[in-house]
Amino acid sequence: MLNLTLVDWLILLIYCFVAVGIGFALKPHLKTSSDFLLAGRALPAWICGLAFIGVNVGAPEVIGMGASGAKYGLEAAHVYGIGAIPAMIFLGLFMMPYYYGSKARSVPEFVGLRFDEKTRGLNACLFAAMTVFSAGISLYAVARLIQGLHIFDALFYAWGWPLEWIFGFSVLFMAAIVMVYILLGGLAGAMYNQVVQFFLLVAGLLPLVLLGLKGGGGWNGLRTSVAAVDPSLMHEWKGVMHAGTNPMGIDIIGIGMGLGFVLGAGYWCTDFRVMQSAMAAKDMESARRAPLIAAIPRMFFPFLLILPGLLAIALPTPHTTTVVREQNGIIYHETNVASKEAEAGKGLVPAKLDAMTGHVMLDAEGHPLLDYDLATPKLLLHYFPTGLLGLGITALLASFMGGMAGNVTAFNTVFTCDLYQAHIHKDASDGHYLAVGRWATVGCILLSVATAFAAVQFKSILDTLQLAFALVNAPLLATVLLGMFWKRATGHGAFAGLIAGIMGALLHHGLTLPTAAHPGIHGGWIAILHTYPSDMTQNFFTAICAFSANFIVTVVVSLCTKARAEAEMLGLVRVRAHLVWWKRPEALAVAILVAAVALNIFFY
Amino acid sequence: MKLDPRIPLGWMFTLCGLLLTFLGYSTSGNTELYGRSLGINVNLWWGLVLAIFGLSMLVAGYRAQKSLEKESGGPR
Repeated sequence: MLNLTLVDWLILLIYCFVAVGIGFALKPHLKTSSDFLLAGRALPAWICGLAFIGVNVGAPEVIGMGASGAKYGLEAAHVYGIGAIPAMIFLGLFMMPYYYGSKARSVPEFVGLRFDEKTRGLNACLFAAMTVFSAGISLYAVARLIQGLHIFDALFYAWGWPLEWIFGFSVLFMAAIVMVYILLGGLAGAMYNQVVQFFLLVAGLLPLVLLGLKGGGGWNGLRTSVAAVDPSLMHEWKGVMHAGTNPMGIDIIGIGMGLGFVLGAGYWCTDFRVMQSAMAAKDMESARRAPLIAAIPRMFFPFLLILPGLLAIALPTPHTTTVVREQNGIIYHETNVASKEAEAGKGLVPAKLDAMTGHVMLDAEGHPLLDYDLATPKLLLHYFPTGLLGLGITALLASFMGGMAGNVTAFNTVFTCDLYQAHIHKDASDGHYLAVGRWATVGCILLSVATAFAAVQFKSILDTLQLAFALVNAPLLATVLLGMFWKRATGHGAFAGLIAGIMGALLHHGLTLPTAAHPGIHGGWIAILHTYPSDMTQNFFTAICAFSANFIVTVVVSLCTKARAEAEMLGLVRVRAHLVWWKRPEALAVAILVAAVALNIFFY
Repeated sequence: MKLDPRIPLGWMFTLCGLLLTFLGYSTSGNTELYGRSLGINVNLWWGLVLAIFGLSMLVAGYRAQKSLEKESGGPR
């Protein structure tokens, strides 16, 4: 069992105190709805950039990246390389001028300004549902992790509370802290916290990677020990030309189109959860620089997030051992008992246990199913002594809170501006909208707590998150791109396109299935026309379908409907600033691109 | 915004860093505790790094805060 000492708890306490303290320190400056929802549009570029990346490293990323590092190896770095970096550069260079320059408070509001109210309303509803959903799933994932690592067990024993309450306690504890600092500090409160969380995550994971590399015999030692498990795990690009020869089972078209363009850009260029931090910048140049600043740490995050997964899989699997030694004539038998899930695992990654029978779960081929999500946390427990362990756990919990807070602040802006102000109560006082924003925060958190508890009963909720993403973001990307770069695109076209995109995604999902999955929530609920090697591949192609359907329908319908006068779209034109060349965002962008290519060559 | 984010950041890391340094110092030579971290007193060393980072953030943060308040005509 996990034994946390006083120092570990003190570190967690200091973090909670700082998180809430930020809220209290910001509260006196928070007077208008714009202060609350948009952080008063007064933040410098570096805060926006770090918060931009801070929103992104929530529970699904930290745990998921470690898990895919253990499962897919360095290929998981693709999600970072191809998916994110070019998309972030494109956002900073070409899209931010329109988002920020339009003075829109949210991405749906931008869609409304460029197209029409019906497109905005549809997008706002879908987006709001997705944020509540993913906030709830974050809460669920964290509470499960706290339960699985037995973090609160000793505390509950001491208090005499039943251990079954840990899940509920963890959900409420995280939700309460996030709620307090958002209610007090608004978007600024959430963003300041994301900056702190970013540094905490580095402080917590960097010593882990360094210790892991030292313990595993350096980079070359890791190479040999990983190669013993599965040689394909150490290459980012090998075998990429053909789907059968790389661990994820994706070919180059799937990677390039799905990850690089549709999923990457769909997330980084249109998702308001990340966009809100850049849109809170004090001026246009800062807003454009925010995603570029974010791209720099993003390049180095594979080391922090993916390597722990690889390191965990490379360590020897624990087995029950008995050491016999003799001291002063007395023979001692020392037995180290490894649990059966640990023994059936691979490296430090344990196997999954059936909650009903207590047996190790097996897949269709008779191999034990591995619980990859525990890769990073298990490595943390393996290397960190008390003290640093508290810091590591605090870093994980803090980053989870940051990801959840991003969902909540995005929801309260979209709800207040795009649903309440646009459709329910148009001309109210600013104080009224401030109050609505606060109540939307409370509402969002209560709904996400309910989602977290519902996920315990209905496990399939967890699998729908990817689908929700393909339904909301992938089609929206086509709408936004056409809106920004094609004057002829019309409101009717965008609306029809958005619906077609959603239909396209649903249809593709209903007709295909990943191998070894049952028809239903994983797809194939209409008929099975095609099977994909992994659910990730299926997701990529669902996103591609959604994007293409939207793109084609928007173009066709736009050409058939009346174009909007150019003068009406004036607020959406690009504004250029005059700066010395090396201060321009373009210079930063080129430097980042060069570095990203260099990293990819290094890991080939 | 009237709060420099380096101030909460600085406090967080200074406090945690000092705490870890203190723990590391008082447990130095405890081979059982540091066996898992390859015999390195990680608390002491990493605590020092964090404390230095935190203190420099605090200094920079309070300096910027001062000039910010001067600009806007005293603390509000």
